[in-house]
Amino acid sequence: MTQLALVIDLNVCVGCHACVTSCKEWNTSGSAGPLYDENPYGADPTGTFFNRVQTFEVGQFPHTETVHFPKSCLHCEDPPCVPVCPTGASYKRKQDGIVLVDYDKCIGCKYCTWACPYGAREIDEKQQVMKKCTLCVDRIYDMSLPENDRKPSCVKACPTSARLFGDIHDSESEVSLAIREEGGYALMPEWGTHPANHYLPRRKTKLKIHEDELERADNPLKVDGKLPKPGKGEPSMEDVSAW
Amino acid sequence: MKTHNFGDSQSTISPLHDPLASPTPDAKQEVRNTTCYMCACRCGIRVHLRDGEVRYIDGNPDHPLNGGVICAKGSSGIMKQYSPARLTKPLRRKPESERGSGEFEEISWEETFSILAERLGKIRATDPKKFALFTGRDQMQALTGLFARQFGTPNYAAHGGFCSVNMAAGMIYTIGGSFWEFGGPDLERSKLFIMIGTAEDHHSNPLKVALSKFKREGGRFISINPVRTGYSAIADEWVPIRPGTDGALMLALIHEIIALGLYDREFLVRYTNSGQLINLDAEHDEFGMFVRTEVPEEEGCYDPQNKLWWDRNTDKAVITHSEGADPYLLGDFKLPDGTPVKPAFQLLQDRVKDYTPEWAEQITGISADTIKRLAHEMGITARDQQIELPIAWTDSWGKEHDSVVGNPVSFHAMRGLAAHSNGFQTIRALSILMTLLGTIDRPGGFRHKTPFPRPIPPCARTPNTPLAVRPNTPLDGMPLGWPSDPDDLFVNPDGSPVRIDKAFSWEYPLSVHGLMHNVITNAWRGDPYKIDTLLLFMANMGWNSTMNTSEVRKMLTDKEENGEYKIPFIVVCDAFHSETTAFADLILPDTTYLERHDVMSMLDRPISEFDGPVDAVRIPVMPPTGECKPFQEVLIELGTRLKLPVFVTKEGKRKYRDYPDFIVNWETEPGSGIGFLSGWRGKGGEKTMRGEPNPNQWEMYAKNNCVHHLKLPRSYQFMRNWNKGYLEWSQRNRITRYAEPILIHLYSEVLQKFRLAAQGKSISRQPPAHLAKRIETFFDPLPFYYEPLETQASDKHKYPLSAVTQRPMAMYHSWDSQNAWLRQIHAHNYLYVNSRTAMEAGIGDGEWIWVESQWGKVRCMARFSESVEPGTVWTWNAIGKAAGAWNLSPDANESQQGFLLNHVISEELPPMPDGKRYSNSDPITGQAAWYDVRVRIYKAGADEPEQTSPQFELLQRYPGMKKPPSWLAYFGGKKKGGRK
Repeated sequence: MTQLALVIDLNVCVGCHACVTSCKEWNTSGSAGPLYDENPYGADPTGTFFNRVQTFEVGQFPHTETVHFPKSCLHCEDPPCVPVCPTGASYKRKQDGIVLVDYDKCIGCKYCTWACPYGAREIDEKQQVMKKCTLCVDRIYDMSLPENDRKPSCVKACPTSARLFGDIHDSESEVSLAIREEGGYALMPEWGTHPANHYLPRRKTKLKIHEDELERADNPLKVDGKLPKPGKGEPSMEDVSAW
Repeated sequence: MKTHNFGDSQSTISPLHDPLASPTPDAKQEVRNTTCYMCACRCGIRVHLRDGEVRYIDGNPDHPLNGGVICAKGSSGIMKQYSPARLTKPLRRKPESERGSGEFEEISWEETFSILAERLGKIRATDPKKFALFTGRDQMQALTGLFARQFGTPNYAAHGGFCSVNMAAGMIYTIGGSFWEFGGPDLERSKLFIMIGTAEDHHSNPLKVALSKFKREGGRFISINPVRTGYSAIADEWVPIRPGTDGALMLALIHEIIALGLYDREFLVRYTNSGQLINLDAEHDEFGMFVRTEVPEEEGCYDPQNKLWWDRNTDKAVITHSEGADPYLLGDFKLPDGTPVKPAFQLLQDRVKDYTPEWAEQITGISADTIKRLAHEMGITARDQQIELPIAWTDSWGKEHDSVVGNPVSFHAMRGLAAHSNGFQTIRALSILMTLLGTIDRPGGFRHKTPFPRPIPPCARTPNTPLAVRPNTPLDGMPLGWPSDPDDLFVNPDGSPVRIDKAFSWEYPLSVHGLMHNVITNAWRGDPYKIDTLLLFMANMGWNSTMNTSEVRKMLTDKEENGEYKIPFIVVCDAFHSETTAFADLILPDTTYLERHDVMSMLDRPISEFDGPVDAVRIPVMPPTGECKPFQEVLIELGTRLKLPVFVTKEGKRKYRDYPDFIVNWETEPGSGIGFLSGWRGKGGEKTMRGEPNPNQWEMYAKNNCVHHLKLPRSYQFMRNWNKGYLEWSQRNRITRYAEPILIHLYSEVLQKFRLAAQGKSISRQPPAHLAKRIETFFDPLPFYYEPLETQASDKHKYPLSAVTQRPMAMYHSWDSQNAWLRQIHAHNYLYVNSRTAMEAGIGDGEWIWVESQWGKVRCMARFSESVEPGTVWTWNAIGKAAGAWNLSPDANESQQGFLLNHVISEELPPMPDGKRYSNSDPITGQAAWYDVRVRIYKAGADEPEQTSPQFELLQRYPGMKKPPSWLAYFGGKKKGGRK
């Protein structure tokens, strides 16, 4: 059975927020839209975003890591937001595992927000319905788009291609391969939600230098260190040395 | 209204809301290609329109620059297009109102043009230099520069002087090319990449794309920066450094690399001036200059190959690159006439002798062991991981090579190095480090982009005499150029500056992008003279683009005793309401990028790739809003009305219908075949680079993703400074005038010429007495380290911290605070302080503090950080706004919690003993020294308001601007059932 998901590579994410606004621009005019913004030109602007990037620091100076952490609905295989929904608005699609909200059923009670351990849900304050990442379900099956464009908006936008998209139940897919080979992990597995989205950790490349590599036989100083010989006719001690 | 259905709560099988169904099944859909302008990156975009409104904007997958990706800014173009901060009508300051009060009245374009034509016509007929045109990050400097030149004013520049001109100048005067548009790191083949002091948006998407591939392919990435954000976050190693000390680090790295013999000798010998002999006879007029043979010298701006080596085989001086000769790089020699000489490399070794890693540790805060290890990593990677590509090429001396060799160590640096008053010499040192490693225009190292490399320095020159400025006459020379010696300076006979910003004068001789940051102060003071009209395009000079903001704002409204404004007439062209438009006497509403034609021209800063020239266009995807008019059209119209020669026929009649017509038909000279666009030239579009005007050129760009990309043969893609094939191609296509080899200037004779003049030794012009010492000190032909000038003039005990800014990836300059989506990412800024530093000052996380320099103070909020070295505080630039500006509400976070650090940065250094004041800039290039300021921080008083300080009078909304909505639910096109 198919389980579509994002695999997000923290090793290359530079925190540029391309995924944040490309998501917003696609979805505000898509089937989940419009996405409401409150006080867009005033104090404390706030709006509905399906995807946000949090940046935090780990460790103490100078041993600090700065981590950019994009976060959206993880499309859990066992989503706690679904059973708590009193109207059945929150549901998981059988055909691809995408967790969605049926806006025509949602009453905005926010039970799902409380149930979601990841804080991935966003209430639309204007429509008073719960919204969240749809994995651009209105895009990825749109046959009027060229095949290459049938991907979530964030995946297409991401300049560092930190966002991989595919079926994690297909062991040969790009995402399964990445999880398997790059140490992909799920967030807070202890909750038993089995998030479909995974993250790839930072990886460090180091260079080990052995001391005997510093100098090589063809060191140019062997040439440049050879200074010119004095002219034959230049004075020398030999000219005046007594026996 | 939303209806809720409670009746079917158990159904999870058939949702009522079909998530796949289009909300707009009957909509009219269109896709139009153009070029982004949400920053200076210039990605290809596809604008998807629905019922004529923007549905979404995504990256064009067929564009060479971004290959389909797009950034946060580019994805938010909708909110720029429909922003309530947009200006929509030409506006005139109400006659009875005070400048700066923001009281405007609508006028027609006809009236606007007649006001401008009359005023500028009078100036042009009397004293053209009284008109000054300065522009921001406009991407159309070839046109604005042409207009200024045709007008006849020397007073033109774009924003480079206060941006990163040191990076361009330092590198171009050393290797003949520079980072960003003109070259960059070849991360595709690099193994080790070192990024130094790079802001998050220089260069934007292409750098992100390349960095990600590089890391995934196992490359090692080291970031040297006082702050760890953005790109640095994913570095394999972060090396924190104190601001303004990069030069010390570069020199220590050079020291170590030479000491261990980790330099690429063959590269230095053949491709640089390392082996060339320098006259060291201190009594000689040619002291410090290369010894030249009697080889006849053709006039030109290139390096004639008439210098000498001391040949190892024959033990005598020979002409450089003589067949079979091998020069000494070290040693001292005497020419047959007794003249003592040394090779340039020997002088470099002498220079860095005392610049040890231990010395640099004290200055940079980086341990000597780390500095040595960095040098070893660079040197060993360059040497032991050498790449050899089977690409045959011929060098400038006719030697055939079977392959191209590369040492895979690359660098990128930007404003962190540039925006210091020692930046030019620092960047010279960086360029020399890259050269020692043998990485210039080679695989895995630095690679050029057309139109670079160019001769060192490039051939364009400003006039060198005030006689070039004459009434009703175009300027006799370029307003911006590349001085090669003191005789090229644009000065009066007494040595005083001809330009209002004092560029190309003895104060800032190599100010190749002018000093926009001093224009207002100089004009206000009347030093060197008063002007009449200042036209600003797209530059927020009343706020974040100026230093000393509070005082500069006063200058803009200051009056003479007779009641006239000290700067009599100010015209601002911009698409948005801003702090600067408030000071305008006339506002010209510009279009957005989606509403205009534009060119990214080879005559300006094109978007070339390593593999060949690329230029691009914008084509409007929607009609202008209100009465907005592209600035390009304004210039063409104004130029025509003023009868500037290029815009009119011999009879004085209109020559170009509009901007698109101008772009197609204008040639640099009649019949030259060189115009703004290089693609699809010739009558039928059959020619590239040069050719007759093609009436269908725009259509051909439109059909081809708005971009023209010429991929050069592989043999022309590397070693271009000395690649006979490439240089001759470049010459044939008139990209460069000469095809002579461009030897890297390890030793800069250009700088030495200025020093000799200052020492009274040369036959060239000599500086005024009060500037001789300054020139002699800073125009050192070899890089050296000095503490930044402002730091030298600061009480470091009282002001112990460096304060710097950078720009976030999701914002471009001050532009994006009016963008409803982007401002939700950065609505206000904090001052980031190392936690230990803050706690020592008794400051808690999130508390209100004062940051104070010798020039002023700003109240802001502190944020603890472990990603900043303890001696540095920093913030995002240009997030803070004046209340009411950009049509934000008076209580918007930008003006209440957000702050501008510019208030504590001066545009001038403290007065000299003789009372003279110099720009707070690099003394060589005039680059604004933003990052030299020293500050202290302390807690704000408990009784003080929790609001940023200083505050300014609330700015008004102008006629033609909408009241911003209190909520937004953007939906592009008409939703099913008419609901929006």
